[in-house]
Amino acid sequence: MEKPMNSIRSIRKDWDLIESLISERSRVLDVGCGEGDLIQQLKKNLHANVHGVEKDQGLALKAIAKGLNITHGDAEKDLFQYANQSFDYVILSQTLQAMIEPKKILTELLRIGSKAIVSFPNFGHWKIRLQLLLLGKMPITEGLPYSWYDTPNIHFFTLKDFENLCKEMNIVIESSIGLTSKGKQFSLNNTFLPTNIITHEAIFLLSYKNFEPIKIKTTNKMFAKNSAIIN
Amino acid sequence: MSNIDIKKDKELDCSIAEFANANFKLESGLILESFKIAFKTFGSLNKNQSNAILICHALTGDQYVTGFNPITERDGWWSRMVGPDKPIDTNKYFVICSNVLGGCSGSTGPKQRKDNEDIIYGGSFPSITIKDMVGAQVKLIDALKIDKLFSVVGGSMGAMQALQWSTDFPNRIQTIVHIAGALKHSAQNIAFHEVGRQAIMNDPNWHEGNYFEKESIPERGLSVARMIAHITYLSEDAMHRKFGRKLQSRDIISFGFDADFQIESYLRHQGRSFVERFDANSYLYLTRAMDYFDHSETYRKTLEFINNENDNIKYLIISFTSDWLFPTRENKEIVETLNNLSRNVSFLEIETDKGHDSFLLEEPDLDIAMKGFLESNYGKTNE
Repeated sequence: MEKPMNSIRSIRKDWDLIESLISERSRVLDVGCGEGDLIQQLKKNLHANVHGVEKDQGLALKAIAKGLNITHGDAEKDLFQYANQSFDYVILSQTLQAMIEPKKILTELLRIGSKAIVSFPNFGHWKIRLQLLLLGKMPITEGLPYSWYDTPNIHFFTLKDFENLCKEMNIVIESSIGLTSKGKQFSLNNTFLPTNIITHEAIFLLSYKNFEPIKIKTTNKMFAKNSAIIN
Repeated sequence: MSNIDIKKDKELDCSIAEFANANFKLESGLILESFKIAFKTFGSLNKNQSNAILICHALTGDQYVTGFNPITERDGWWSRMVGPDKPIDTNKYFVICSNVLGGCSGSTGPKQRKDNEDIIYGGSFPSITIKDMVGAQVKLIDALKIDKLFSVVGGSMGAMQALQWSTDFPNRIQTIVHIAGALKHSAQNIAFHEVGRQAIMNDPNWHEGNYFEKESIPERGLSVARMIAHITYLSEDAMHRKFGRKLQSRDIISFGFDADFQIESYLRHQGRSFVERFDANSYLYLTRAMDYFDHSETYRKTLEFINNENDNIKYLIISFTSDWLFPTRENKEIVETLNNLSRNVSFLEIETDKGHDSFLLEEPDLDIAMKGFLESNYGKTNE
């Protein structure tokens, strides 16, 4: 897609990728939106109707002062207030590994949004594997820069783990992109690449496999609302 | 035919809008034949009238939001928030602040004389609700020939009015800043108000509200009411930080009922100085208006089905962690409703130990949120 000349330059490399997954003028919720720079970018470049949730008061304040719709709150407690399928996309960027109940969050993302965009650092990256193997210590990398005792990241998982979880939860991976630590981008469908080893950071576009048709029983007929079926 | 006249009042240093033959129907069903609203404006209205902000005052506030207050002879109650180069910048915005219906700073209330009569309303003043206050405000906005307010801003009882604006006149507002309010007045808050009212009504000088005729004032009752209320505006931590168990102008306790402790002396002072500026009957009527405020069952339905023409209002809801009068939980109910209806809402909970009064005090995050929210929405028509 052609971007306007005045595009805000992405501060984080995954933002442009996330943007590329989102269609224009859609409704977007960013869970853990920080200062709101990503949704600000989506608002400006895609004219998206954006909302954010942020736990930190200082960050939420900065985002509110930019005129964005921000709810200061906890993603693990406060997502219930959003109505079913009220957003086109719900983004969870670099946060899943810090959630107490990642599975529950994934369910919530796809309840609220018709698609979810999830990005996370891959614990299966070769640098991490090597550090643990050779040094016998919890790995510290650019993507995961914390010591084990003060890290906000409490659930470590690899690409493969995530893909397995999606399968288990009947979640369809519509699109998946890997980034190397140097920022090189590749498709995670590429079977010739050892993706789980070279992926430093992964971005997934998710949706549900198919909806159960909604059956409405009346005295006369059985209605099946086919529009709810995606496949 | 209704007849509107706006005059300057020299003594009160404000404007008075008089609505004669207004036939203003109150929520109770009673009718105010005519009424007046005392108000002040700051800054100037721009050409396309897109910079008007209405500030709604809290229970004991008045139209003197900033600048000099001739009644208290002190700065206005929100001088730190409103003025040139302040978060609500009067260089940029046209700020209107009016004394609520039922108040005692120049608007029609129990302290005023009845229509064309020489008798003061006193206890015969009709019951007022938040809806009535807003109904009177909209008449004032009409009289000022402003079609759409850029923002309605209020804390506490002012927040209740802001919320009422969103349900009653959604087409007349672009944004709302709702600070430390709720969808309803809670049982605990009604309880505190009731104790305050009992203190006033049990003062032998109250005379069923007709104390002006008897040339007496229920001072003791009103000051006790204020003392009780003042406790609810603070927090335990703030009270401890400010006063602790410190003694007042003495080294040892008196073994009596003098104001030994600083907190006692402080509350007594609060009570005394309140009596000088506030009318006891107004206190009864306005606390009652707050008690009657309840949108808990209707808010969602109203936004969704009844007054849904303007679903583009931008809301900013703010609460304070130590506010136990209008706690975060109650402010969040509004946010949850708005988010569930996919409305444009921002919510911020500010960490502070200053309790409910935080909205009037030095809270840098409140200023930043206010300034940023207004500035970023200013000049934009609703998307």
